[in-house]
Amino acid sequence: MQFGVFSVSDITRDPVSGHTPSEAERIDAVVQIAKKTEEVGLDVFAIGEHHNPPFFSSAPTTLLAFIAAATERLILTTSTTLITTNDPVRIAEEYAMLQHLSKGRMDLMLGRGNTAPVYPWFGQDIRQSLPLALENYNLLHRLWREDVIDWEGKFRTPLQGFTSTPRPLDDVPPFVWHGSIRTPEIAEQAAYYGDGFFANHIFWPKEHYMRLIKFYRQRYAHYGHGTEQQAIVGLGGQAYIARRSQDAVKEFRPYFNEAPVYGHGPKMEDFMRSTPLSVGSPQEVIDKTLTFREHFGDYQRQLFLIDHAGLPLKTVLDQLELLGGEVVPTLRKELAAKRDPQVPDAPTHAARVKAKYGDLLPRQPRPNANRGDNVTGGSPYQDTDQVTQAAGN
Amino acid sequence: MTDPYTLVVVTAGIGDPSSTRMLADRAAQRTRDLVTRRGGTADVQVVDLRELAAEVTTALTSTHVGPKLQLAIDALGRADGVIAATPVYKAAPSGLFSSFFQVLDNDLLIGKPVVLAATAGTARHSLVVDEQLRSLFGFLRTLVAPTSLFAAPEDWGDPGLNKRIDRAVLELVLLMESGFARQVRDESWHSYQHEFGSAGGTEVSIDLDSDMMRLAAGGTVPD
Repeated sequence: MQFGVFSVSDITRDPVSGHTPSEAERIDAVVQIAKKTEEVGLDVFAIGEHHNPPFFSSAPTTLLAFIAAATERLILTTSTTLITTNDPVRIAEEYAMLQHLSKGRMDLMLGRGNTAPVYPWFGQDIRQSLPLALENYNLLHRLWREDVIDWEGKFRTPLQGFTSTPRPLDDVPPFVWHGSIRTPEIAEQAAYYGDGFFANHIFWPKEHYMRLIKFYRQRYAHYGHGTEQQAIVGLGGQAYIARRSQDAVKEFRPYFNEAPVYGHGPKMEDFMRSTPLSVGSPQEVIDKTLTFREHFGDYQRQLFLIDHAGLPLKTVLDQLELLGGEVVPTLRKELAAKRDPQVPDAPTHAARVKAKYGDLLPRQPRPNANRGDNVTGGSPYQDTDQVTQAAGN
Repeated sequence: MTDPYTLVVVTAGIGDPSSTRMLADRAAQRTRDLVTRRGGTADVQVVDLRELAAEVTTALTSTHVGPKLQLAIDALGRADGVIAATPVYKAAPSGLFSSFFQVLDNDLLIGKPVVLAATAGTARHSLVVDEQLRSLFGFLRTLVAPTSLFAAPEDWGDPGLNKRIDRAVLELVLLMESGFARQVRDESWHSYQHEFGSAGGTEVSIDLDSDMMRLAAGGTVPD
């Protein structure tokens, strides 16, 4: 079971101090947050992708590569990578590069994005968002698995004899999570490919997510990737922790009340009752988080949102201390004790290499010499023929 | 003995007593009486939007549905018939009334019979109900009774109001008795647009036999 934090990358005025961080301050802060995430013993750091203010994270692989260089153990991922407005070829290239630089300490979560004006900026149309996401991922999946592809689709210019470089590290594609809160087609695609499914269950009553995750588990089994219990599920969560419950409530309320998305709306207590938000003592956050397993079954990854709504860096770092020091160790112990032994851990690069090669050495693609027309040849790598043969027979 | 009809009254009246609520109650009472005379029974449930005002605005701004709003949505989802009543402000239905119906899922009320009712401080507002409310309930695919109700101050002393109420009530009861909403839902529910979790959280069927599902499973986008 992996625990970590995910950031939206919002730059929000601190409603208590009145201070709005500059982009430079917030970008520096998020690097410190990621380092602290590793330092306190958590496993995963995720960053969102946005292309409009007040967000800073337009280039997630650049940020994550920098963090990878400053950490040793932390898994870097996204929340989410836009599979609609990004060219899937660029996703294949950029994330394969990140995979190499981080030595496999990465994966990614795909999402559609719901800001209508962003789509035309990238030549797309939000009304086509679902088929666009599905087709783009069908292509991305092939780009990481076939050295040379011919492809034709509805939304992107065709590819003839195209090789996405670099090939994935050890020729093992990055693991992919599909993030969705209300789209059965996305759950179906995750199940079809045996990928992970992540539900950031912030708003809806849990019954909807339970049905969607159940559907994903059933389809995962239907496509022969394992049993329903073995499907790979991740969940979002949101917490504010203080040693004393009443301090947590008092400290977080002004941030809750003015938070982007749900601020100026529901009472915090109502929101806590009907969503995964926990504001309270370490034990209260533990108790609430343990209910997720009861609703959704054993799962592989739990991410908490802790750095949004203008919370100052010092507060976020304190939150990480409490999360890593007091909440997660208990969660690890309790969840491990309850876990069905058939349920796999969250996929890591090392485990995926092992699954593909066993004790054999992983493939290391080496390009043929440049002969001036490498794009037209059928065999850009020295061992491609053997690989194709092995895969095809 | 057949199941009782569930009649849901939605009122956006504010005063206590509110003339909007009084108009809606009068229509509901006469509906119940008529159903009884025709050998049936009707349960009446009242959704007083005044009590939901904060949750309605929260749902508008953050999509978070509070507990009282969810109860109202559940009630409307079960309703066999609806009486929807609003005061007229500035030549328009109350913003609270419009906001409530705007936060409902598009498919919650498909085919349901509705009597529209409005009250106002002057008869000059009398066409608001037909000119503005009918389009909203048309969008929601409801079956609006041909007679709508309107009461300005002078109407409360006029026996003509009760005559119009009785006309609307008979229309409502006949529409409920026809089973139109149920039959539309039984035979044609799939032909309306739905989202996963829409219809107030009850629409959770998943159709695997669709172009998008085939695309999700490695297929191609149809032309």
